[in-house]
Parts: sequence; C-alpha cells; structure tokens
Amino acid sequence: MVKVEERDKFNDHLLASGHTACPGCGQSLAARLVLRAAGRNVMVVNSTGCLEVFSSKYPESAWEVPWIHSLFENTSAVAAGVEAALKITGQLDRVRVIAQGGDGSTADIGLGAISGMLERGHDVLYICYDNEAYMNTGIQRSGSTPYYARTTTSPPGKVSLGNWRPKKDVPQIALAHGIPYVAVASVGYPMDLDRKVRKALSIRGPKYVQIHVPCPLGWGTDPARTIDFARLAVLTGLYPLYEVENGELRALKIPKKVPVEEYLKEQVRFRHLFGKEDRSKEIAEIQSIADQNIEKFGLIVK
Amino acid sequence: MVKGRMLQGARAMAEMCALCRPKVISAYPITPQTLIVEELSQIVADGDLEAEFINVEGEHSAASVVLGAAAVGVRVFTCSSSQGLLLMSEVIFNIAGMRLPVVMICVNRSVSAPLNIWNDQQDSIIMRDSGWIQLYAENNEETCDLLLQAHKIAEDHRVMLPAMVCCDGYVLPHAYEIVDLPSQAEVDAFLPPYDPIYKLDIDNPTTMGAFADPEKYMETRYMIQETMKKSLSVIEEVARDFGSSFGRSSYGLFEKYRVDDASTVVVALGSMAGTIKDVVDELRDQGEKVGILRLICYRPFPKEALYEALSAAENIVIMEKDISLGGSGAVATDMRAVFYGREACPRISGFILGLGGRDITVDDIKTTISKAQHQVADADFVGLKEDLELEGING
Repeated sequence: MVKVEERDKFNDHLLASGHTACPGCGQSLAARLVLRAAGRNVMVVNSTGCLEVFSSKYPESAWEVPWIHSLFENTSAVAAGVEAALKITGQLDRVRVIAQGGDGSTADIGLGAISGMLERGHDVLYICYDNEAYMNTGIQRSGSTPYYARTTTSPPGKVSLGNWRPKKDVPQIALAHGIPYVAVASVGYPMDLDRKVRKALSIRGPKYVQIHVPCPLGWGTDPARTIDFARLAVLTGLYPLYEVENGELRALKIPKKVPVEEYLKEQVRFRHLFGKEDRSKEIAEIQSIADQNIEKFGLIVK
Repeated sequence: MVKGRMLQGARAMAEMCALCRPKVISAYPITPQTLIVEELSQIVADGDLEAEFINVEGEHSAASVVLGAAAVGVRVFTCSSSQGLLLMSEVIFNIAGMRLPVVMICVNRSVSAPLNIWNDQQDSIIMRDSGWIQLYAENNEETCDLLLQAHKIAEDHRVMLPAMVCCDGYVLPHAYEIVDLPSQAEVDAFLPPYDPIYKLDIDNPTTMGAFADPEKYMETRYMIQETMKKSLSVIEEVARDFGSSFGRSSYGLFEKYRVDDASTVVVALGSMAGTIKDVVDELRDQGEKVGILRLICYRPFPKEALYEALSAAENIVIMEKDISLGGSGAVATDMRAVFYGREACPRISGFILGLGGRDITVDDIKTTISKAQHQVADADFVGLKEDLELEGING
C-alpha cells in the first residue's frame, strides 16, 4: 500500500492553491481532501456556490482534474449525463464521477435531481459540503440550517429565536433510496474523511457522502478555529459521523459527551441564546438533539 | 434511400434520430412529445441503437443529462414541448453559453394557463434569445431532414451551438405521411461522428463552465452573436450538401413559394404554410400577385437574406402562432426591424393565428391577406370566436 505521505505529495494539489476562498474556509479544505483521496482519474461536476465561485473565475482555475459547472440545482443530472457518456464510450472502468455541492444545492434546490440520480443507480459519488446555510449569497437559511441558528433570513427578533426548525436529514433521505453507501464525515476528522471517500469510490453505483464544513464568515467563528468547531460538533453529538454500507451502520465513537454549550457559545450564529434572557430551555432542546443522536448511533461506548 | 414509407411522424422522427447515432438520449414525458421518445425507447430496447436512454425525473434534468454527456464529447438528443421546454429553459440558456452542440426536437405546443395541450409555437419562440439555432419544419419528412442537418450544423467547428428543430404538435408527429428516410450508410456519409473541440478528459483536464466577471461576460455574448451571424452560411451550406447527397431539396434559411413577382408575401413558420400555399395558388388563379415565404431558420434571423428576398414586395403579411403579450408577434417584430431605415419599405402587418390548436382555415388566411391590403395590422388576432364573453375580461 502506498504510504499516505507519498500519495498526498502526488495528489495534494488537485485543488490548487491560489483560489479566493475566505481564510479558514472549511469547504475548501474538505474539497482538497476529497480530491486527494480520489486522485486524478475523476471528473468533477460542481454546483453553483462558494466552491465553484472561488475556484473557477475565468481565465483562472484551481482544478487540476476535469471539472464542469453548469447550474445550481442540476449537478446530479449533469453528473448522470457524464456517467452515461463515459459508460457508452467504455471509459467508466478508469474514470470515477464526483458530483458536489453545498447544503443549499443538496438539501433544497437540487434534491429532486439527487433523488433521480440515486434512484436510477448512476455510478456517481455525490458529496455535500454542509456549512448549514446559503453562504455564497450571504448566509441565508437552508433546509440544512440547524435549530435556532441565526442566518440573514432566519434572524432572531422580538418574536423569533432564529431558525425555527431542526436541520433536514439528507443522509437518511439518501439511505431511503437503498443505495450501497452513505456516509457522514467532517473536515475536523481528515483521516476518517479520506477513508470514507476512498471507500465510496471503491463501490459501484450511487454513493452519498456529507461533510460538515464550518464557515467562519457565516457562523461568526474565528477562522483559525475551523477545525476546533468541526470537532466540537462531532464531540457534542450534534454531527454524528457514521457510514452505512449495504445496510450496515458504523459510527465514529466519541470519548465522552461534551455539552452543546461548548459548541454553541462561541459562534455568533447562536449568540442570541447566551444573552440577558434565559435561554436554557432552547439550549436544552439542542442538547436533546445531541442526546438522541448519541443514543441512535451509539456514539459513546457504554 | 428507403422510398415512400407510410409512417406516423413520431416514428419517422425517432428513426431519423436513431440514424444520427446519438450516444446519450434523455427525456421526460410530455404531450405531444411522448410518441417520439416512446418510439426511441423501443429502438434502444430492441438493440437497434447503441445508446444510453436516461429516463429522468423532469425536463430540467433531461436537458442537464444531455449537457453533461455532450461535455464528455458524445452526440446527444432530447425532446420536449411546452411546459417541459419552459422547465428546461434555465438549462437551455446554459447549454448555449457553454457552447455544447446539443440537438433537440421541440414538438410545439401552447403554454399554460389555461392548460392546453394543442399546437402553437409559443414555447420555442420564448427560447429565441437563448443562443440556440431554431429550425421550423413544415412536414414530417422535413422535420427528419432538419434533424439530420441540425447535428451537422451544431457540431460544425465554425458553429458549436445547440440546435432546436421545431415541429407543430399533433399536426405533424401524430399524422401519418409518406416519408423517405435515408439509409444508415447515407446518413453516416453525410454526418461523420461528432468531433468535439473541447471535452472532459482525464488525460487533458479542462475546466468547463467557469464563471465570468464583468470584464469577461460580455465577450461571451458577443462571440455567440457573431457565431450566430456566421452560422447562416453554414446552415445554407449544409442544406446544399443535403440536397446533393439525398437528391431532394432542402431550403436552407427559408422557402420561397411564388414570391418573386408577388406584391403581397405572406411570412409564416411551420405546418400552416401548407394551407397558405393552397390559398396562394387559389389567389394566383384569380390574378392576385401573392406568394409565401416560409421561414425555416428563425434563429439566427436571416436579416439580409430576408431583406433581399422581400424588398420588392409591397405588403408583407406575417402570420404567426405566438404573441409577446403586451407587445406584438415575435416574427413581426423581427421583420419590421429588418426593413426599418432601409431603402425598401414594404407595409408590414402582423397577425396572430392558431393559438392553442385553433384551426387555421382557408377563410382565415384569405381574410388576413385582404385585411393587410388596406391597413397595417399589429398583432391582430384572427379567428376569434364571437361567442366568447370578452366583455367581462375587458371590464
């Protein structure tokens, strides 16, 4: 087996430096890790969003693999077309197809096309970079925005405490299509992420991998602490890392439960829960989401 | 050439599609397009065409699938109508901007509301600004001929733009006509395999669909506009090649029928030209100098060729199955722009007929031509039912 260091040297810059992502961008780091795991024999179909905009401003491109962007919501359908063309021309044995987008294009506007792609069984890995809001357009609420988070379209106000719904569970929607592999990863756990992308690409058929990627701009977090927040989301149980391969669930265990306050309190998007008013009820609701995840996925070894 | 088979239009179009050897086909069902894709599915299911046929969850994805496949460098086909084309519209513009030579048939149907599944040409006319070449057929055989030519035009390295072949819903694909379809060998000789200039390729990685800031975007539009103008001669060239290869005429940008000495020339697109030709013959017998110019190529709009063909006319009478609500018919608007400020200055009248499948009768056409002798009409509706309670709507 090739040592990780050697492989990394070869593939580390398939998403090259020099792009225009914000400092501390979790998505750009995750996208680089995905390509490092995938290697050069991939075609990437990218939806509209931050990743597309910061990496492909004509006449420059950060992509050293074949890469195509079409629109916001049709990434899975474009990827299905790419896969079909590779299949009919006999290239599918040496080329893998990755479709990728943010949580807005995944949980909301592109969900129909994703469902179609999964249902038809295309040999495509779909990757959702989940930073929990429409960051490219200026931090608007998506279906993947967590409970009580402030966004520009779910602002706290006199009669509001921010986002009024828990986040949409897209991995479970993907699973409901009966596809061979679904995984949830985090940019805070790069080795786990690397393994899951490699695992996904070793399987034929449709695969779905969702990666939690903090957004310093949208979350109001210190750009130097992106990995800390990614890890805290996992350690609290709010973002359980798991994979389901042919129906078999495996979850990444956490050593001990970290209270959700530790994750929430330093993010501007949750700051309204830590003001003068007592918001212990709302924080308890968020804690119960984490507790349910810990129970459901068996995150703590008893 | 297989001579004289009595075929339903949709079957003929599907067979011609298969003869063009697309590698990826994607479509979503919508009346009246369905017959064509049903026939194509069967052709693929029978192994008579080696292609991936992708049944998608909506037209937006149908267009996106062929976009993705075309980006890998294979020939593709899709087909839609009406609401389906409108749902595709975002992708339709995107395909043109990405300079991918996708070819589709639009089976023309009206646009809702009210829901109406019958023919007019509003759906494809809406797409006139998208950067697609648009060719309108009069009959089933011509739809097939134009489909073959559309691939050749779109994939020409001087063009590299998508092309839409438009045929009137129900009037054509549901009708049985005698159609001569070429043999596979003849098609292969006329239409070589698609040779892309750019494609997704792991051995030569490219970035497609990059974004363009204000310093770059405008040039992309300019380049399409210039290519559109230049593609007029490619369309004519391909039509000439078609004529010499298949021994029957293909008219290129437009067909002139008894136009040369005519003082009144009707301009129309698609199947209604057949009825208009009959009226022209009848009026000619009565000594009236009438002709019809049937516009085949609506985008690019052949401005100079039309000026030349029509500058001797006194009256130009546009009959069209679309309306820019609050404005005029699209073809009339374009036609007026051809003559404005030029030496020749015929009277140009615009009439709206046949919306939502309303019959276009011989009497309608006669009335229209006669009306245009005395006044300049603008978006005059022809064939309205008098029993409609228009008063209530008009207040």
